[in-house]
Amino acid sequence: MAEQRGLTGFRRPNGAVGTRNHVAILPVDDLSNAAAEGVASLIPGTLALPHAFGRLQFGDDLELTFRTLIGIGSNPNVAAVVVIGVEPNWTGRVVEGIAKTGKPVEGLWLEGFGDLKIVERAAHVAKQFLQDASELAREPVDRSEIILTTKDGESDTTTGLGSCRITAYLSDFWVDQGGTMIFGETSELTGGEHLLAERCVSDEVRARFQAFYDDYIDMIEKTGANLLGSQPTQGNIAGGLSTIEEKALGNIVKTGTQPIVGALAPAEAPSIPGLHFMDTSSAAAECVTLMTAGGGVVNLFPTGQGNPIGNPVQPVVKISANPKTVTSMSEHIDVDCSGLLTEGRSVEEQGEILIDIVDRTINGRLTAAELLGHREFTLTKLYRSA
Amino acid sequence: MARSVPSFLAHKDGDFVAVAVRDVTRGEAEIGYLDGSASITLMVNAEIPLGHKVALVDIADGDDVVEYGVRTAIASTDIKKGDYVHVHNVRSARWQNSVA
Repeated sequence: MAEQRGLTGFRRPNGAVGTRNHVAILPVDDLSNAAAEGVASLIPGTLALPHAFGRLQFGDDLELTFRTLIGIGSNPNVAAVVVIGVEPNWTGRVVEGIAKTGKPVEGLWLEGFGDLKIVERAAHVAKQFLQDASELAREPVDRSEIILTTKDGESDTTTGLGSCRITAYLSDFWVDQGGTMIFGETSELTGGEHLLAERCVSDEVRARFQAFYDDYIDMIEKTGANLLGSQPTQGNIAGGLSTIEEKALGNIVKTGTQPIVGALAPAEAPSIPGLHFMDTSSAAAECVTLMTAGGGVVNLFPTGQGNPIGNPVQPVVKISANPKTVTSMSEHIDVDCSGLLTEGRSVEEQGEILIDIVDRTINGRLTAAELLGHREFTLTKLYRSA
Repeated sequence: MARSVPSFLAHKDGDFVAVAVRDVTRGEAEIGYLDGSASITLMVNAEIPLGHKVALVDIADGDDVVEYGVRTAIASTDIKKGDYVHVHNVRSARWQNSVA
């Protein structure tokens, strides 16, 4: 059992607890990226979140974009948000969504004004938000208030043998402490999805989980595409993984042994503590972005061959048991647990080291991905825009 | 504390394959089990890189390959105990279009 470290965080007006204190400059769409980045360059310390979409989307795809943008702005790692869009209507929708958290948020739009006037106005707002945020203090928080997420990437056989096992140790501990853990990667459960279905707490959760899984696989199969070279990826195969099932079983190891209390739509926030599944792509940046929009404040990322992903809002803790990767890509790895494979180290010993690093990350320790400037913010697109 | 460790690790007693935890050459090797089962020794028929698999039993063409206690692949040719196991001799049972 881990020693109870004094955890601190930023408690937002709605009670949600964050581990970082960003002032975000959030474009509604690709056309507003330049203005958002202009504001961030004028007010160093603010965080522009440029992305590739947001125009002429419709239906479920548009709703997912709104849910993701609102979720990112609402994430408790964000203190305040300046939203910049092309026109007032969609800009206002994102502002209204974020405003429900009670945090400071203001929207501006380019039509009728142009980039330069809006950058100036937004910079004044951002300056005030950043100064106000700088006076927010960390306060004691409890593990039960912390939403963790997990995703693995560039998996190989060492993830199932090592890094996913200590992530499972942490996940089981976190849930025992009343906290929350979210996992996803819908298509990468193939071959072990029945094991997760059995762990769902109720028929209702199980039915929702199964529907997400079946719909995702149907979507893939309906394309008729040959998955050759895609799943497992070339990196996975080089690392020794032979099939999607073998990859999935390793992936599932990291979910630990707790019951699954919820099956969430992409970017949906959990409403109760415990272990939740979220319906996501298995592409790292898309998945972690959706989990951030769902409220995750620290992500646990087991990797085998070495995936450099980070996220601008949610710190990503990189864990590897591959003795070659921890040497060749050492600057990306936060927790080297290769001793599980090469020195006979125990899961408990290495798991306690992971808990210590996660606690310190919550308290403000920067992760390798943060230090290296990895800020992948990638919207999930369900289909082509109109 | 650290102790001498096997060259391969298998997840569960009864698994058909184990994973190399270092680059392994031909010859006798120790296989450890994560579930606490007693280690075994095996003659390895090929050089097997870190992270890649060895067969612990003979597997006939078309038979299931068991790892983690569940089916993770189907043999696409006859595999002998001690052989190197990867995409050249196993394939996915679920995604027939996938590489394996």
